Amino acid sequence: MEPIEARFNLDWPGFSLAVDEQLPGRGVTALFGHSGSGKTTLLRCIAGLLRAPNGRLVFQGTVWQDDSTWVPTHRRSLGYVFQEASLFPHLTVIGNLRYGQKRAPADIPAEERVSLDQAIDLLGIRPLLDRKPGRLSGGERQRVAIARALAVSPRILLLDEPLAALDLARKQEILPYLERLHDELAIPVLYVSHAPDEVARLADHLVIMDGGRVLASGPLAATLARLDLPIRLGEDAGVVLEGRITERDTRWHLLKVDCGGVNLWVRDTGVPTDHSVRVRILARDVSIVLAPVEGTSILNTLPARVLSLGEDAHPALALVQLQAGQSTLLARLTHRSADHLGLAPGLPVWIQIKAVALL
Amino acid sequence: MFLTDTDLQSIWLTLRLASVVTLILFLVGTPVAWWLARTRSRWKGPIGAVVALPLVLPPSVLGFYLLVTMGPNGPVGQLTQALGIGLLPFTFWGLVVASVFYSFPFMVQPVQNAFEAVGERPLEVAATLRASPFDAFFTVALPLALPGFLTAGILTFAHTVGEFGVVLMIGGNIPGVTRVASVQIYDHVEAMEYSDAHRLAAVMLIFSFLVLLALYLWRPNPKNT
Repeated sequence: MEPIEARFNLDWPGFSLAVDEQLPGRGVTALFGHSGSGKTTLLRCIAGLLRAPNGRLVFQGTVWQDDSTWVPTHRRSLGYVFQEASLFPHLTVIGNLRYGQKRAPADIPAEERVSLDQAIDLLGIRPLLDRKPGRLSGGERQRVAIARALAVSPRILLLDEPLAALDLARKQEILPYLERLHDELAIPVLYVSHAPDEVARLADHLVIMDGGRVLASGPLAATLARLDLPIRLGEDAGVVLEGRITERDTRWHLLKVDCGGVNLWVRDTGVPTDHSVRVRILARDVSIVLAPVEGTSILNTLPARVLSLGEDAHPALALVQLQAGQSTLLARLTHRSADHLGLAPGLPVWIQIKAVALL
Repeated sequence: MFLTDTDLQSIWLTLRLASVVTLILFLVGTPVAWWLARTRSRWKGPIGAVVALPLVLPPSVLGFYLLVTMGPNGPVGQLTQALGIGLLPFTFWGLVVASVFYSFPFMVQPVQNAFEAVGERPLEVAATLRASPFDAFFTVALPLALPGFLTAGILTFAHTVGEFGVVLMIGGNIPGVTRVASVQIYDHVEAMEYSDAHRLAAVMLIFSFLVLLALYLWRPNPKNT
């Protein structure tokens, strides 16, 4: 899939956007940053809801914007989900779905066409079809909005913090559907979020934004493990590893996950063995010892090697980048401890992982 | 029947005038309201003020200017004569034109408020669902603004029914042509026919009350049902 070329510059009082990026033409790309970092503005420019003068946008070989071209939003083959569901209140759920579906251009090839039934089943909204949006819960509304965007048979799906307005329980209700999208959709997805847990679960590619600029862009695992990013994830600094379930311990209800030569024990969540999974390891849950410790409650203790040391948000804290197997992990400890242990690049150590979250 | 034939004639004329004016204002007022609701032009203020003028202007002032403009020496009068329509003052259509101006804010303001309440977002959503701006106006903006249109229609109709000063300036008092109910009551009072005035006035009072009652009781909400 060809990448998406996006170049936008905006200069508003108090806010500027300066982006010149190639975004991947496949998989889920998370646009991640604090509020005010320009991620939603970038998404709106890509959708054509906002026109940045002298911008340039080439989507898979089609120019959507340059000095002589401007394709208005309604002629761009995209699906867009807003932060609040924005369903049309005067139409029923099925009416909302049909609105875009019947306006999809007739020349979409059959294999790219998303039928109403597919969209309905993918988001599990069949029981809601005859209801008015006013009678849906927040989570249901957002699922309908996603199905409505899919029913247009778009060539790219743009999601603007679709979970931000929902409480934790509603988020948990929708995340599995978003994961299904990730697994079943062939089209690229741009996902705007400021929530590290959503990014860790869904993204393949991470674009970190701050102050209207792109700070870093790359594959999720590698980008999360970087130490040189001025953005501070704070308590959420950590890495995401891709792995496969190799063993199930029925006595202790544990699963063994092989993440690139690193074997980790996690709680058994019912995932079948041999399945591909993601695990997330926060830097604050990783501690470093010079020799393996006997008599510890910590389940996952592994040999590793120090790659580099970096600063964390607080002056007392350091982030240490470590190599274990083929994976890169982050550990957070105090500078005092780092000094005490004599940590330096290349030093072999043992790491103790207090918590591993199976995503 | 307790109303005289001329009373009935004046009521019929009033209803016809109000219906025609309301219909015309739906067509003319909607684009103006849409523009006012969505423009960022510096002309928004001045145009909005001009639209609101009839709210504060004495009807006689408005009627006077319209009379001069549509009269034999006024620009509109010259035009209508050149077109072979003749002169508008003291005709039914002259009344219609005057009433359209007079009732303009009663149509534009509720519709403008309704469009503003709909906001930008539903139209953006429609665009992402591949609806052209024209398409989105009819399939999203209009249905969502419907309560505003009903309010505007009722207010415009009722306000035209209640017109007096402008009618007197432009239409005079020609039975069956320009003598609307409000003028008829005035005639009755002038002629000391108080009982006739009472009957017609009571009809107007009840009508006005019922219209306003309908307006306050029945506010359709597209979000439910």
